Amino acid sequence: MTLPPAIRRILRPGHALPPVNDATVQSLAARLETAGQARLGRSLALLHVNTGSCNGCELEVRALTAAVYDLERYGLRFVDSPRQADVLLVTGPLTRNLREALEQAWDATPEPKWVVAVGDCAVDGGVFKGSYAVLGGVGGSVPVDLTIAGCPPSPARLLAGLRGLLEANAR
Amino acid sequence: MIPDALLSNARVEPCSPWPRHVLPAPDWTALAAAPLHLLGLWADTQQAHALFLDEADGVVLPVSVSIEAGIFPALSPHRPGAAWYERMVHDLWGHTAAGGVDSRPWLDHGTWAHAAPLATRAGPPPAREPPDFATDPDDTRMQWPIGPVAGGVGEAAHLRLILHGDRVMRAEARLGYTHKGTLALMRGKLPRIAARFAARLAGDSTVAHATAFARATEAALAVAAPPRAAILRAMMGEIERIAGHLDQLGSLALAACALDTHARCSQQREMLLRATETAFGHRLMMDCVVPGGVAADLVAPQVLLRAMGGIATELPALWRSFHGTALTARLTGTALAPLPAVLALSAGGVTGRASGRRWDARRLDPVYAGIGHVIPTGSGGDSAARASVRLTEIGESLRLTGRLIETLPDGPLTIALPMSSGEGIGCAEAIHGDVWHWLRLDHGQIAAVFPRDPGWALWPLAETVLTGAPVEDVALVRCSLGLPVSGMDL
Repeated sequence: MTLPPAIRRILRPGHALPPVNDATVQSLAARLETAGQARLGRSLALLHVNTGSCNGCELEVRALTAAVYDLERYGLRFVDSPRQADVLLVTGPLTRNLREALEQAWDATPEPKWVVAVGDCAVDGGVFKGSYAVLGGVGGSVPVDLTIAGCPPSPARLLAGLRGLLEANAR
Repeated sequence: MIPDALLSNARVEPCSPWPRHVLPAPDWTALAAAPLHLLGLWADTQQAHALFLDEADGVVLPVSVSIEAGIFPALSPHRPGAAWYERMVHDLWGHTAAGGVDSRPWLDHGTWAHAAPLATRAGPPPAREPPDFATDPDDTRMQWPIGPVAGGVGEAAHLRLILHGDRVMRAEARLGYTHKGTLALMRGKLPRIAARFAARLAGDSTVAHATAFARATEAALAVAAPPRAAILRAMMGEIERIAGHLDQLGSLALAACALDTHARCSQQREMLLRATETAFGHRLMMDCVVPGGVAADLVAPQVLLRAMGGIATELPALWRSFHGTALTARLTGTALAPLPAVLALSAGGVTGRASGRRWDARRLDPVYAGIGHVIPTGSGGDSAARASVRLTEIGESLRLTGRLIETLPDGPLTIALPMSSGEGIGCAEAIHGDVWHWLRLDHGQIAAVFPRDPGWALWPLAETVLTGAPVEDVALVRCSLGLPVSGMDL
């Protein structure tokens, strides 16, 4: 096999590579990071965690993922495992029977991570506040970064909240 | 046929519209073997109650048995579907079903502060262990646990599958994760206030649950909702059915990888929900139905009619795609629920009708008697049959809503509820099946209440349907049967 002359020159032992300008590398790296953060940082993986919801919030979150709202065009997509997630989207008034599941999901989510409490129940327990089976808002168990109120919040409201999170993440 | 001989020794308690029979223990057990549908089993602090249905005559039979020393005779030896109810009764009230087939905890996962929270005296803190799974005789087989956090956007339940190769050998569901203590929250409240909890039993059937609760309250107080409210309730129920069926069909299409069909279903559903928000003020019509009438009047019916016109135009295309080659091939024969299994568990709704059980709780509703309601049934009992029934029901609901808007009378929306005592039963047909509410009022306040969600029949059926199914059909089975969780987790 014969290699082109240019390649043979490079492969010849003792050939000295031209020095790389350190300042150039540093400035390139800085620019790449900015551009990458602006372009690639506009994407978040969401995991839905149900902590006792009545299925009303699920209906609206499902509507968000479907044709009319099409969440994926904003760079937001749902994943199936906490290990792939950036954001836990939590619905429901945190029942005692689901606290452990939420905490396990939170522990398994890699840093940096966000928790979004969706719906009045997840915010503070909603109408189920004070029940023997309910702990109250999701914030009683894991730190909450964003709350989206409503019973259930409309897809438009959900979208506004999640896009806010996206903007904050890209900055 | 209701066996009159078994009721001859009973003490009759006033319950509207169907009197409740308090049976001696032997008759209670004997009734379990009668050819009636068991709709529900629950308790209060002194008695265990069961609700039977004579489907042919449309007669409902509530019966009770006294709790003696914390024990009542079990129905589960005759009724496979009663076992979960008995476990629930034990967890909430502390009554043990003597001779029951399964005594493991159900709702109580060992996390509450007290056992038996609805008992007169709450028990000691429960053991700190969630309930066990039934042991597999062959412990070399693979177990596949799914949930309660399993990706996707759905309800929290746990499904444990025992696999042999790519076949499901056994499926066991564990529910109770979303137990919110709804019964305790409703107790002692006025019906208007407690309606907020009834409306939040199941978000996709909020109108049906609120309607059944309102009817039970009105029956107990011997009052009736005004005619305009009765028609508006039926209208909201039909809109909820159209939206729910579109959601279910969309999820089914997605599970069967028919993305364009999923998109079409979701688009129509969204347009309908937006119109509903304009018409009734809430996308899901939550809290729109209250005891004594309705809380929201119909505004701008033309917006609603336009959205429904869009669905009617799209319906033939949806019918074609669900009966096209790709979806027919995927759906035919999958998630097969044979009629004997459906009858044994008294599964209703689309699942029952697609298997040939011709039952719809709307048969008991006088509003529908006047406008001629067609109950579509299938015979296949598989996903394809259920999809066909759902599509036919969407068409029928569109027609019914149009008729209801035409016949809407003027008049008041609510009546004042008297602060009296009484006991009543109400029902409504939700998207997953028949919803039943029973309650007892004591001077206007709720003394005891129980809502029966269709999930109580569908989940045990799902265990049967999943047995022998290929692993790749599991998601499809869940979408096809619907499998509501929150309403039966209480």
